[in-house]
Amino acid sequence: MTNLTVNGKTHQVTAPMGRRLSDVLRDDIGLTGTKVGCDAGDCGACTVLLDGAPVCACLTSLAQASTAEVTTVEGLVEDNHTTLKRHFLRYGAAQCGICTPGMLMVATALLAHAPHPTERQVKDALGGVLCRCTGYTKIIAAVMHANDPLPDQVQAPIGQAVGAAVERLDGVTKVAGTEAFGADINRAGTLLVRAIRSPYFHALFTLGDLAGWQAAHPGIVAVLTAADIPGINCFGTIPPFVDQPALAENHTRFRGEAVALVVGEPDAVHAMIPQDFPVTWQELPHSLETAAALKPNAPQLHDHRPGNVLTTGRVRCGNAEKALKAAEFTAEVSVQSAYVEHAYIEPEAGIAWMEGDTLVVQACTQAPVMDLEETAKVLGLPRDKMRIIPSATGGGFGSKLDVSLQPLIGLAAMVTGRPCRMVYSRAESMMSTTKRHPSTALARAGCDADGNVTALWYRGDFNTGAYASWGPTVAGRVPVHASGPYRTPNYDAEARAVHTNGPISGAFRGFGVPQAAIAQEVLYEDLALATGIDPLEFRFKNALRDGDKATFGQVIASTGIAECLAALRPAWAQGLRDVADWNAAHKNVKRGLGVASCWYGCGNTGLPNPSTIRAGVTQSGQVVLHQGATDIGQGANTVIAQIFADAAGIRLDEITLIGPDTALTPDCGKTSASRQTFVTGRAAQKAGLALRAKLSNSGVGEAWKTRVADMPLDPLGYAISVEETYDPPTSPLDENGQGSPYAVYGFGAHLAEVSVDLGLGIVKVRQLVAAHDLGRTINPMLAEGQVEGGVAQGLGMALMEEYIPGRTENLHDYLIPTIGDMPQIRSIFIEKPDPEGPFGARGLGEHVLIPTAPAILNAIRHATGARLTQVPALPYRVLNAIKEAANG
Amino acid sequence: MTYHRPDTLDQALQISARPDVHVLAGGTDVYPAQQGRDLPAETLDLTAIDALSGITKTDQGWRIGATTRWSEVAQADLPPGFDALKQAAREVGSLQIQNAGTVAGNLCNASPAADGVPPLLVLEAEVELAAQTGTRRLPLTSFLTGVRQTALGQGEIVSAIHIPDTACRGQSAFVKLGAREYLVISIAMVAVRLELSGDKITKAAIAVGACSPVAQRLPGLEAALTGQSVNAPDTWQDAMQADISQRLSPIDDIRADAAYRRHAVARLLNQAIAQAGVA
Repeated sequence: MTNLTVNGKTHQVTAPMGRRLSDVLRDDIGLTGTKVGCDAGDCGACTVLLDGAPVCACLTSLAQASTAEVTTVEGLVEDNHTTLKRHFLRYGAAQCGICTPGMLMVATALLAHAPHPTERQVKDALGGVLCRCTGYTKIIAAVMHANDPLPDQVQAPIGQAVGAAVERLDGVTKVAGTEAFGADINRAGTLLVRAIRSPYFHALFTLGDLAGWQAAHPGIVAVLTAADIPGINCFGTIPPFVDQPALAENHTRFRGEAVALVVGEPDAVHAMIPQDFPVTWQELPHSLETAAALKPNAPQLHDHRPGNVLTTGRVRCGNAEKALKAAEFTAEVSVQSAYVEHAYIEPEAGIAWMEGDTLVVQACTQAPVMDLEETAKVLGLPRDKMRIIPSATGGGFGSKLDVSLQPLIGLAAMVTGRPCRMVYSRAESMMSTTKRHPSTALARAGCDADGNVTALWYRGDFNTGAYASWGPTVAGRVPVHASGPYRTPNYDAEARAVHTNGPISGAFRGFGVPQAAIAQEVLYEDLALATGIDPLEFRFKNALRDGDKATFGQVIASTGIAECLAALRPAWAQGLRDVADWNAAHKNVKRGLGVASCWYGCGNTGLPNPSTIRAGVTQSGQVVLHQGATDIGQGANTVIAQIFADAAGIRLDEITLIGPDTALTPDCGKTSASRQTFVTGRAAQKAGLALRAKLSNSGVGEAWKTRVADMPLDPLGYAISVEETYDPPTSPLDENGQGSPYAVYGFGAHLAEVSVDLGLGIVKVRQLVAAHDLGRTINPMLAEGQVEGGVAQGLGMALMEEYIPGRTENLHDYLIPTIGDMPQIRSIFIEKPDPEGPFGARGLGEHVLIPTAPAILNAIRHATGARLTQVPALPYRVLNAIKEAANG
Repeated sequence: MTYHRPDTLDQALQISARPDVHVLAGGTDVYPAQQGRDLPAETLDLTAIDALSGITKTDQGWRIGATTRWSEVAQADLPPGFDALKQAAREVGSLQIQNAGTVAGNLCNASPAADGVPPLLVLEAEVELAAQTGTRRLPLTSFLTGVRQTALGQGEIVSAIHIPDTACRGQSAFVKLGAREYLVISIAMVAVRLELSGDKITKAAIAVGACSPVAQRLPGLEAALTGQSVNAPDTWQDAMQADISQRLSPIDDIRADAAYRRHAVARLLNQAIAQAGVA
């Protein structure tokens, strides 16, 4: 028995003295505000104070903690003098909330000796906590001003919720540390589940004496394999391409693929040594890159996909080859991009249990209804015997669209009849879940003597890994978007999704469009330089205008790209002067300016993707919004409510939010493809208008809040209720990629200023100005948060992020930007209403990442003359490119 | 799982004499190596032994207790010769790592990219090893024998690091090159200590990390610097290039290729020499 003093209270704990403090706090004392992101000191999510000094609880033994005073996020009591948590909320410093406790702890230690810290002090103090959502900007502001008076809360009177920078409606628990993420939920008698995973990129396997192994491991309750799966052992995301087993059957196609589950009492599972599990492997030849996988003798991943090509997407119009021949100026580029890991700070986690004959799964997710459909199918359950309750989700960015542990813990709960939980380790999360597609592309573009782009030709191969996941979406989206938001009369683009034995590539903020944008924007830089036209003006000249026909034949009614580029002009002009002044005076470190654009179609590509919103008024006059759009930090809980409030004509703070929960909320589809503000927002707008009409038609008038008391309950249990669905009008693409794939497009352009150390190839991004056409900004603070977080991910993709299978399965070899890497970011929002979007709004979530990397590459080129065509632009690659440029 | 946390060195040495005892101090390397699992069967935690902690002036120089944490080094009142070590202390991982990780732990982990090694090499550090049979001292260069390998014998623990007075003189600088700010493993790093008379270098100590299995001193460059003006970098470039090609053996890894490391080290050396020269 050890005495451990936490937040001034002494606890007696029975855990062994060497147990990590993080585990003791969470498992023995029940203080789950301390998060575990890596178990290696790499992310800082578990930061606590030991006698006032921040340490990682995952690196601290119970013994060492027992001789100190431990302070956790639960112990940060706020009074009139300390309002750090409230500052975090008011400044929008918490998005998903998983890093927030760690941030609050390091900030508390800093503020104890520096009540009004400088930006540099804040960065030095917070440098050891990673955040993947916010881009750190609002965190810095909240900490710098923590001891200044709290800014006034933005008011949202009736009819003015849309456009108001209100703080997030679901934020209080995030800053209090009481938000329940997948790993924070436990029930009495819960068993722990651990997967046995393939250590090889490609292998056959046979399982040994499982019963004997289990008998030799007391406390292990079940060992489960593919043979135990009652339904169809195959899940995926896009029906025609579904191909992934929940547990492999004698053949694993990537490192980290699960072959068996060990289910047992937590201590027994903790003590289990996975290497001792009775499985015999026979390693097979593998390929990890598309070029190798496309060779005739390459290992074939799936019998029905000869040549390892999953699918090819194409868009053609005019005659690109002919137009390139006729062009006054042409350029060609070959571009390479790496696997990118989502690196949300919350590894996958969740719990499953039986409620009667219904299986309930509560886990982190971006797509509860898809989780339900895929898990029920694998487990052979009818839909109505399955319920998904999304836990709070500590970042997703696309990877948590696919099911991961849902079928695994569901199976364990069904077989054992007991609650079963699973928490992925960082390595397990990194090796077994999806990535951004690595890509190689060859592209050509041409323009006339006046700088009008006449043609673009693009061929891209996207490494889709072992299973399909969202590979078909990437192959489909890339050719639609690879022209950029520019007039391109002659166009020929193809993208192939190619199987390899690498990690599965799936959805990641932008679905392949960020990779394609690099090729296009490098070509535009080439052409701007060739024509002698200013790079910003070259893009402005070629930008799509309202009513232009896109390469895929759709007339784009409303585009804000020219407005976005125009909005960058003042910063561009000032930046050019500043850079020139600096470069005239400095030899070793040069500065440069770059610009790039984006567009992105919101929602599924040419496929239905409806959202349904339900709302009701209780007999006591409470307005309840059943909001099924998963909020993974981006802000749907707040934005959807703002739209609904104004449509219904009620006050935002009168709304009670319910959901998401497949038993309580209608399907709002996936949190992906920048669709929630647009699609679910539009459904919320329809529902709000319907409710407003019902309220006025019901004769209750202004006094509805009291009059509803006498109204009978409808089948949904409300005095008055509405349910409205919106499905964007789209049409599928034909064999030439012609159609109307999306109903709404969003646009943006980024300006990046960098400094490059010519001797070391080190690039620092100094400032980033992001102009985005949002149609209508529903919540400016949340929108800025999206921009800042997207820029951070784009910066990481440009300069440091490279996932190497089998080699970078941790957060010290796989680098994401820290607080010290972030530039000054300025957001400019253009509001050019979209005729289809709710209150004119367009999506934003993916757009914010797309132009960042190409803008940075173009800025490096402006600074040094080096034409970077491979990301990440690691220092040695930049240095090599500088040398090449110098050698002409 | 047996976990020992003695408060005297004698007790610790009795425990460490037994086979298969794993030593733990700040935990910043030990815990990550467990990949989420519990500690090994028998662990010896040195952090409750007061005698192993803290920085003290001795007759012959300075003693850094084995379990002195990096944040203590960063805040300690030490002569300018230690500036490189203090700068390195602020670049070890993050603040949280500096508040836990110890100087001796950094040496015992014996990573080629250990931030503490180059500054301790230019301070001519000696490692004090204690065992039940007595203590011995090894120069740091002899203590570190390879990648993740040290001269630590069975039953021995590092009890202190000693810096001789003669090596504390002058002024020093540390430069670390990584692909991001904070929490980053070095691509390459350099520590420089110069003793100056006016602008003339009377003695130079230079070490490079992350470019060889064990961080290396550059004696050719040190000799070339001696007697030169700190403002005459042209005079030592040839010797520097010779040392880089002969003394260093950088590898290609995920952070950089070997050619880049050789190129970058030259830049870092000139930068660190200039910084130390004006320190």
